[in-house]
Amino acid sequence: MRKYSKLVLMVAVFAILAAACGGAGAAEPQQCTDDPYGCVVVEKDQPIKVGTLLVISGPNASLGLDSQHGVELAADYLDGAFDGTYGEIKGHPVELVFGDDGCSAEGGQAGAQQMASNPDIVGVIGTSCSSAALGVADTILSEKGIALISPSNTGPALTDPAQHQPFYLRTAHNDKLQGAAVAHFAYNELGARTAATIHDGSPYADGLQAVFAETFEQMGGTITDREAIQVGETDFTSVLTAIGASSPDVLYFPIFAAEGGLIAQQAKQVDGLKDTILIGSDGMLSDDFLNAAGSAADGMYLSGPDLSAFSGNMDFYRGDFLTAYKEQFGGEPAAAFHAHSYDAANMLFSAIDKVAIDEGGTLYIPRTALKDALFDTKGMLGITGELNCNATGDCQSTATIGVYQVTNGAIPDTPVYSEKASLEG
Amino acid sequence: MTAKTETRTRRLPFERIPVRRIILVALSLAIIYGVVAGSAATLQTGTFSGADWRTLVVNGLARGSVYALIAIGYTLVYGVLFMINFAHGEVFMSGTYTSFFVATALAESGYLNEHPLISIGILFVVSMVVSTVVAIILERLAYRPLRGAPRLVPLITAIGASLFLQYTFRGLYGANVRAYPEIAAIQGTWEIFGFDFLKKQVIVIVAAMIFWLILYLVVAKTKTGRAMRAVGEDREVAALMGIDVDRTIVATFAIGGALAGAAGILFVFVFNQVIFIMGFLPGLKAFTAAVLGGIGSISGAALGGLVLGVLEAIGPNLFLTGANVPSPNQLQPVVAFGILVLVLIFLPGGFLGSDEEERA
Repeated sequence: MRKYSKLVLMVAVFAILAAACGGAGAAEPQQCTDDPYGCVVVEKDQPIKVGTLLVISGPNASLGLDSQHGVELAADYLDGAFDGTYGEIKGHPVELVFGDDGCSAEGGQAGAQQMASNPDIVGVIGTSCSSAALGVADTILSEKGIALISPSNTGPALTDPAQHQPFYLRTAHNDKLQGAAVAHFAYNELGARTAATIHDGSPYADGLQAVFAETFEQMGGTITDREAIQVGETDFTSVLTAIGASSPDVLYFPIFAAEGGLIAQQAKQVDGLKDTILIGSDGMLSDDFLNAAGSAADGMYLSGPDLSAFSGNMDFYRGDFLTAYKEQFGGEPAAAFHAHSYDAANMLFSAIDKVAIDEGGTLYIPRTALKDALFDTKGMLGITGELNCNATGDCQSTATIGVYQVTNGAIPDTPVYSEKASLEG
Repeated sequence: MTAKTETRTRRLPFERIPVRRIILVALSLAIIYGVVAGSAATLQTGTFSGADWRTLVVNGLARGSVYALIAIGYTLVYGVLFMINFAHGEVFMSGTYTSFFVATALAESGYLNEHPLISIGILFVVSMVVSTVVAIILERLAYRPLRGAPRLVPLITAIGASLFLQYTFRGLYGANVRAYPEIAAIQGTWEIFGFDFLKKQVIVIVAAMIFWLILYLVVAKTKTGRAMRAVGEDREVAALMGIDVDRTIVATFAIGGALAGAAGILFVFVFNQVIFIMGFLPGLKAFTAAVLGGIGSISGAALGGLVLGVLEAIGPNLFLTGANVPSPNQLQPVVAFGILVLVLIFLPGGFLGSDEEERA
């Protein structure tokens, strides 16, 4: 008797499953069955779900929140106005699913698996930190055929042909460009001949200081020290005293706001660093860093994307965009990455619009076609400039890097040095 | 029967050779050799001047003083309850971060620089009161209901409470890192014995000593202090003698919280920065300092804090630079904790602790 009831139950379950599959499969267009990763099916009146995987907890939360706000504004502007409600793509409202990358490999893994397990996610904007993407989120999501577009990963390894994952793209610039630009600036403009570097063990900072050091040495300069610090520490006097022993012309520390602020403060107290010029990069190109460093930041240099080089879209950025940002999130943007994430989100939205197939109100989005459309992005004008994605996912294959000098506790709009560089060149 | 005897005879020769002891001694000899050889090599290169070393030592004393004050909170609670209050770092953060808003308001009105002494007094009061209140609430809600539970239970609760407080304060005050307003009066240097010392570091060291002395007198001389020691000795007998155990435990948490709040103000004097996770690492270091000095001992906490601070400050530069280790300062925790292992091998109870295990 028992055996039979089990059998009946199994048959019933199979019947239901078959009916469910058959129901969806019957109308599925040819593109979906051809696509090895299948389609995302958005039923009539259901939202198109886009994920974000950014650092929204821990000490770098302000960095990720800033990027998340960029994605929210892009969704908002889909209907052509910043009105606080998300727009639509092909008659389907956009819904954002927020994840956390924790700014670490572990966080990237947990967050990416969460995204990968949700079959409704069309694409993901993320990650914030290179450590969360490299070998973790980029691999997990590529295996599922989910496009991952990072607004702020700048680590060179991510788009290195040997390591690049097929569904990974980024709208942030590659640090090969930035590290070299800073080295050119230090050697040519500042006349520096000796330099020391500090990184914090993250792939971002380590990659950046390595490119800087290599370029600087190629130009004929000398690297006196290559030091490293622990994230979360507060006293860096020992490191700075060690570096100060050889009094380098330049100290380059491309790290993040909290530790960067403390280093800027404590460098003033070390005798050997009295005449040393301090330089940071885009992890610190934010009001967060200025707040953390206080008056110690005055006079130091910070590199990052040169927004002023793209005056065409600047009116929109400084006008509508920043006004909406302040209105909706109550405060100035904390870093430059909201602009990159706004561009990343728009890239994804327009690719969805291009490849989505409408069958009587139900939307089918083939994953491989979506990826191909993203990699085909050419000449798209965003806030950060013209987006041209190359074969390994670098969409800022030409980027203008600016070096800004902190003046009176603020980062001026125009850089003191600007360099247009191309990855291919 | 036979099997038993066999095992016994087989194990005997191993028992005669103290393998564990030999490994420990070899390890400590290796550490001592590394320290001595590295230091000698560093001093021979002459990379660092006398002034550099002086700066580093004073720096280490200043950060060690902060560790010491936080460590007292761990040690007091351990002495009375035999539990590690891992949320103590967050108690430290809560007061400091709250005082940031007062400090900003004072700085904006100009009062901070017109009346620095009064302002600093206000900041101390705000920070100490908030930390004390948080510590008392923590005890009441998270630890008291678990008073009779096995020891591991409150330990896990403490870790949970630590995360809870961190993210509560993140929700309240935001995730950003903020610069604490600079107090002009404590910037610059003083000349002492012909050498220049940073004012703020001197103030931190002296203030920490004063706080430590007050605490020492409280515990040694007052009725509350005696009650605390009695509860630590034997809770039931203390209750029989008419001591209100609950009140005494609350007092212990309150004193620990107040000192953590004071440590927070000294911390921002030196580091000028607040963020919601600022309590985590100093808390961990202070716990280490408490163990190094002998957990349960108040003088031990102070000594442990200072030793740890100085070791961190000079350790990597002194021991590793001469050995040509790249990026030596990245190994700061390795140096500090390596020495901790060395000390605990020879003094399992820490510098001033009793050798009895897990007893205050």
